[in-house]
Amino acid sequence: MSTASASDVPLSEATTSLQRSASFTRLKESGIRSLLFLCAALSILTTLGIIAVLFSNAIYDVSPRQVGRDGEVRPNEAFFQQVSVTEFVTETRWTPGYTEKHFGIMPLVCGTLMISGIAALIGLPIGLCSAIYLSEYAAPRTRAIVKPVLEILAGIPTVVYGYFALVFVTPYVLRPIFQDMLGFDVGVFNAASAGIVVGIMIIPMISSLSEDVLRSVPRSLREAAYALGSTRVDVSTRVVVPAALSGIIASFLLAISRAIGETMAVTIAAGQTAIVTADPLGSVATMTSYIVNVSKGDAVIGSIEEKSIYAVGLTLFLMTLVMNIISQFVLRRFREVYN
Amino acid sequence: MNSSPTVVTANDNAQNEEPRVDVTSTDAAAATPEESGEASVRTSRPVVAESAITDASHAVKVRAKNVDFFYGTNQVLFDVSLDIPEKSVTALIGPSGCGKSTFLRTLNRMNDIIEGTRHTGDILLEGTDVYDPSIDVVLLRKRVGMVFQKSTPFPKSIFDNIAYGPKVAGLKNKAKLAEIVETSLQRAALWDEVKDRLNSSAMALSGGQQQRLCIARTLATDPDVILMDEPASALDPKSTARVEDLIFELKKNYTIVIVTHNMQQAARVSQQTAFFFQGVLVETGDTHSLFTNPTEKQTEDYITGRFG
Repeated sequence: MSTASASDVPLSEATTSLQRSASFTRLKESGIRSLLFLCAALSILTTLGIIAVLFSNAIYDVSPRQVGRDGEVRPNEAFFQQVSVTEFVTETRWTPGYTEKHFGIMPLVCGTLMISGIAALIGLPIGLCSAIYLSEYAAPRTRAIVKPVLEILAGIPTVVYGYFALVFVTPYVLRPIFQDMLGFDVGVFNAASAGIVVGIMIIPMISSLSEDVLRSVPRSLREAAYALGSTRVDVSTRVVVPAALSGIIASFLLAISRAIGETMAVTIAAGQTAIVTADPLGSVATMTSYIVNVSKGDAVIGSIEEKSIYAVGLTLFLMTLVMNIISQFVLRRFREVYN
Repeated sequence: MNSSPTVVTANDNAQNEEPRVDVTSTDAAAATPEESGEASVRTSRPVVAESAITDASHAVKVRAKNVDFFYGTNQVLFDVSLDIPEKSVTALIGPSGCGKSTFLRTLNRMNDIIEGTRHTGDILLEGTDVYDPSIDVVLLRKRVGMVFQKSTPFPKSIFDNIAYGPKVAGLKNKAKLAEIVETSLQRAALWDEVKDRLNSSAMALSGGQQQRLCIARTLATDPDVILMDEPASALDPKSTARVEDLIFELKKNYTIVIVTHNMQQAARVSQQTAFFFQGVLVETGDTHSLFTNPTEKQTEDYITGRFG
């Protein structure tokens, strides 16, 4: 075989120049590149900034000591430099505004979990069912109407949901059922009404994320199921939903972490009673509503009360972070199935 | 020095995979490396399968009468009439977009699930019009099973994949399900490879095994007719050979209709061949005579590789 080596054959003459030209073009290119990078970096920097503020106020104060006019050095200490982590985690009272101060996060976590739990109970099944309807049942024309309407729900300001809970859900839904018919006492502010509206709030998120994963299940899988004599219900529940399960779970987790972080509706509808309770018809305080109330109140800057919101914020941040990491993990597992 | 062997391999592949080889010469087909390499698997099967099935020994299982088919306003089948004899293999060949897959999918009403399709004409399964309003399409698809080009194992265990059909049909008895799974896998020649790992995921099987799993899954619903839409086109030659052997075996008990782009494959596995071109059934006849002595010019041009 006569395979010629490279040196034997002359190279052909260059017909067009490959020289780099017009340095302005190059400048523009790198300029755009930097601009795009800055935009991407901005959100990372913001996150880092938030973490730094939380850390400095909650765990270890890094700001320079402030000296008052009278020469007195003000104590400039972060929350956990004054309150032990053990008290924060195990104490069951949360009374930063009282003379006898207790800093146990449990009542706020309890209130948050109760409202998120009710929201999940309402939002997850309805959201998933709407997703299945949109992806498997709805005719294209129906979907073209239903989907945008569902997404309008996501565009309603949360403060509106809060008042909806206060002036509609509690008096016209909860009271007639639980108070008039079943004899329970339904407070003006209660966890149930807040949980219900947060549940409604997360429906569009679940339905649109879940619909995406349901639709990404290959058509061939559906056809195979139909060809084996499946009804539409069989195809949806036995093939499509199981195939998309990890994506659906990921959408659930994202929605729950949204429910945990939900603030305005909860502040308005659930009240301000920081107690450990299992009664959904009474008032509770959540981590977010506590932060709002301290922020809009008259807590002295630098006081332990003011610092406590950073500790609560840090707890909230960690909870949603863990949820988001789990959902990322679950989603990644899902992607492996079809690649 | 490195380049020349590569070129030889490429040529080999071209001859091997491309259907544009004159298959009228049985020797040429038999001489391909793919065939000789699989001698142990394919036993004593003739290269062009035995012919003459148009006689009375095979009753007509499925009859298509004057079928027109439309996607919206776009007509893709024109007045197709075809008799499919029972317990034999009918191959549908033709260039891409000629309507052969569409025709196949009318036989078990798979086109129903596509929006905006309609047809005229009749599809008769043992004399019953399958498009009659009184027909339960779910029952129809149990009797007329289908295997697709892309293997489509459900993301479930091997056992659950095979048991899927009987389960949706309402069978709950565990012992009976296990029996169906075993016999189906045996008929699909997959049992020995997977019997020790029935509970592991079907997604972990190789492409060829997945396709045989899909065939086993279809067999588990106990069909009379099996439709195959290019069942081997995504497989390597060795897996293709195994699937073809399987088809050869299955035709003893089932009526098989297979769409294929590979004319050697049509010649090897089928008794009857139908050639589609631009939505029209150009020619149909027993496989041997269609390939050796086509009556239509278009058929001859296609099978000798002049177009398509």
